[in-house]
Amino acid sequence: MKNLETSAIKTWCPGCGNFGIINALKQAILETEEKIGRENFVLVTGIGCHGKVADYLNINSFYALHGRGVAVATGIKIANPKLKVIVCVGDGDAYDEGAEHLVHAAKRDTPITVLVHNNRVFALTTGQTTATSPVGFKGKSTPEGSEERPINPLKLMWATGAGFIGRGYAGKPDHLAFLIRKAILHSGFAVVDILQPCVAFFNTYEFYNQKTYILPRIPKDKEILEKIEEWNYEDGEGKIPLGIFWKR
Amino acid sequence: MGKISILIGGEAGQGSRKAGLLLGKILLNWGWQVFIYDDYQSLIRGGHNFSLIKASPKNPLAADLSLDLLLALDKKTVELHREKLKEKGVLVYNTSKISDVRQGLGLPLERWVREAGGILLMENVALIGAAAKILGISWETVEKVIKEEFGKEIEEKNLKVANLAFSSCKTLLKIPKLNLHRQILLNGNEAISLGLIKAGLETYFAYPMTPTSGILHFLAEKQKEASLKVFQLESEIGVVNAALGASFAGSRVAVGTSGGGFALMTEGLSFAAQAEIPLLIVEGQRTAPATGVPTYTAQSDLFFTLHAGHGDFLRFLIAPGDGQEAAFWAGEALNLAWEYQTPVILLVDKQICESTFTVEGGIFSRIKPRKPLLASTSSDYLRYKNTPSGISPLAFPGEKGKVVKVNGYEHDEKGLTVEEAELVQKMQEKRLKKFQKMREAVEKLPAVNIGGKKNSQIALIVWGSVKGTALEVAERRGLRLVQPVILQPFPEKQMKKALEGVKKVIVTENNALGQLGEILPRYGIKVDSKILKYDGRPFWTKELDEKLGNIGN
Repeated sequence: MKNLETSAIKTWCPGCGNFGIINALKQAILETEEKIGRENFVLVTGIGCHGKVADYLNINSFYALHGRGVAVATGIKIANPKLKVIVCVGDGDAYDEGAEHLVHAAKRDTPITVLVHNNRVFALTTGQTTATSPVGFKGKSTPEGSEERPINPLKLMWATGAGFIGRGYAGKPDHLAFLIRKAILHSGFAVVDILQPCVAFFNTYEFYNQKTYILPRIPKDKEILEKIEEWNYEDGEGKIPLGIFWKR
Repeated sequence: MGKISILIGGEAGQGSRKAGLLLGKILLNWGWQVFIYDDYQSLIRGGHNFSLIKASPKNPLAADLSLDLLLALDKKTVELHREKLKEKGVLVYNTSKISDVRQGLGLPLERWVREAGGILLMENVALIGAAAKILGISWETVEKVIKEEFGKEIEEKNLKVANLAFSSCKTLLKIPKLNLHRQILLNGNEAISLGLIKAGLETYFAYPMTPTSGILHFLAEKQKEASLKVFQLESEIGVVNAALGASFAGSRVAVGTSGGGFALMTEGLSFAAQAEIPLLIVEGQRTAPATGVPTYTAQSDLFFTLHAGHGDFLRFLIAPGDGQEAAFWAGEALNLAWEYQTPVILLVDKQICESTFTVEGGIFSRIKPRKPLLASTSSDYLRYKNTPSGISPLAFPGEKGKVVKVNGYEHDEKGLTVEEAELVQKMQEKRLKKFQKMREAVEKLPAVNIGGKKNSQIALIVWGSVKGTALEVAERRGLRLVQPVILQPFPEKQMKKALEGVKKVIVTENNALGQLGEILPRYGIKVDSKILKYDGRPFWTKELDEKLGNIGN
């Protein structure tokens, strides 16, 4: 049972940010499974490149519809509170089509762990803009560049009362594993926005490598929103903080 | 006296619906069987609401518009319904709201309420006290029902109000006391809820929508007593997906909605078919398309529920025809969902959900949860094991040594995504085997009801709530009534048998396109004519009788 791999062959592009995320997730599961029990983990995924983790991890899984992972997870947790439900969703899943479920799960404080593989692009559908694509993003549906401002998902989650808000980066898998472990062990609703470069349609490795830094500690009071707003998912200047921004 | 029709009406907020239910219970306790149609508008105050009660020694399932007794809390009730009174019918009105009504019996309801120390809303109870006396029902019967219906703190005042009205009136339309049976009054939503509970319901999700909100309210009220988890979620999309999750986790779950909400659920419906997840959806139809006429009835979602969801799959589509059938089939529907790991739709309508029926108390002891096919304890669990029946043994997350993987993509037996032609075909064929088992299951269930004169060469085919009116008319005219209850998989053999010797088929539906009539020819059933109604109201018995002209007479 130690082996978390299935027989499925990984079809992500070489260099895909998802490799960093799945490794961090595996590490976090192995570090917490003694406490939780391997059989009590349930992985819910949406649709998109990220969703393939359901095929790649040898744990209970529910490969849900696009946008609906959080709603499915809510039902699982209500039905059997003993289960540890981890939801891997994309930015399209979480912030576009499924935004209502995320907002209400945060409001309800449903004890699930939401990991958003946020590559800021629809990749599996070959490159269109999402809720977190920056202004000027040139995708196949916005050849002249998107005119819409991105949503800052951390700010959205802060506004809806989420009890645990974190941001990680696929290029820093150890820190990401730490964040995921903390989110899994949090007793209520937890969300981690994970910056994930997409080598095919929005390669942000260099950008994130230059700009991200790890918060020295969890911010307090007025600092929380300041840190959340330090980067607004645009291309501009400024640093990108990673870590736990708020924990109830 | 064969049967009696009573209409109680008033403005929203005057409590005419409660009054109707009280009088219905009083009649039931007087040994009569009761049906109540409630007519109300999409508003909270003002407007016009009424309850139409039919009581008879033999279970009535539909209402009549020829009244023996008209009870008016307000002026509009007199204006709108006076002409429905029979020649010897009695009109009773509230003198605090109306004056000088020709040939009516004016009652000072407000004065009685004040004298008894009650609040103005209790005018409805005063009216019921008066009505009981007018019908010659004993005070003990009225007292028993009021005690059952009101909490201790307001019971005493209500009794005082009712008694003052009762003792101030005379008996004008005496109805005899009949033998009591073990029966209860339930509206369709309550009957469905109790049927679900008896079949082992554990979780219920919904987003409020008329006419099935009553299920949400009833189950929420009962959640402690019946150990249920009842949640109102953010949308019908959230509801159906949460239900899929709960079902995957092993919880017997149901959801309720109307056509519009069901539209939002259809992607989830398709998911349930592909991932083979038990899913029960109660769809209470109302007048549509779109927002339609929200608090009125229709049967116009038959095409929709038969075909909803993308992809090749069957679902059980079950349309009970009255309160008692709704209770039984709600339980059966939950069991079928789990036995066949499939979506099931219980298709009802406003006429069933919100009308009140006399239901045999014994029905609920006959509804029991049946155990689904469960995986043995061995390891190497395959969620989609390709068995001869196409039904794979179930296991749930949390079981040591088993990894349970469900998947909305095409998948292999383990639940891992596949795209290879051979595997895609094989897994579709696995599900086709299961659909064949579902077809066989339907023919073993009482999927078609036959009523009226069973050897008549003229058949009236109906589905769902039209059964109520049609049964009465078929019995009176000597027609054969044929009511398919399961509409998918279609009970072809049972229908063929039910229609043996029939020369003429008339289909009667509460919709504008005659949807069942369009479907029957697929199964070789020729439809000679259609009688349709699509004004948001159910067929009234006299109306259907007239529309049939000289057929059968």
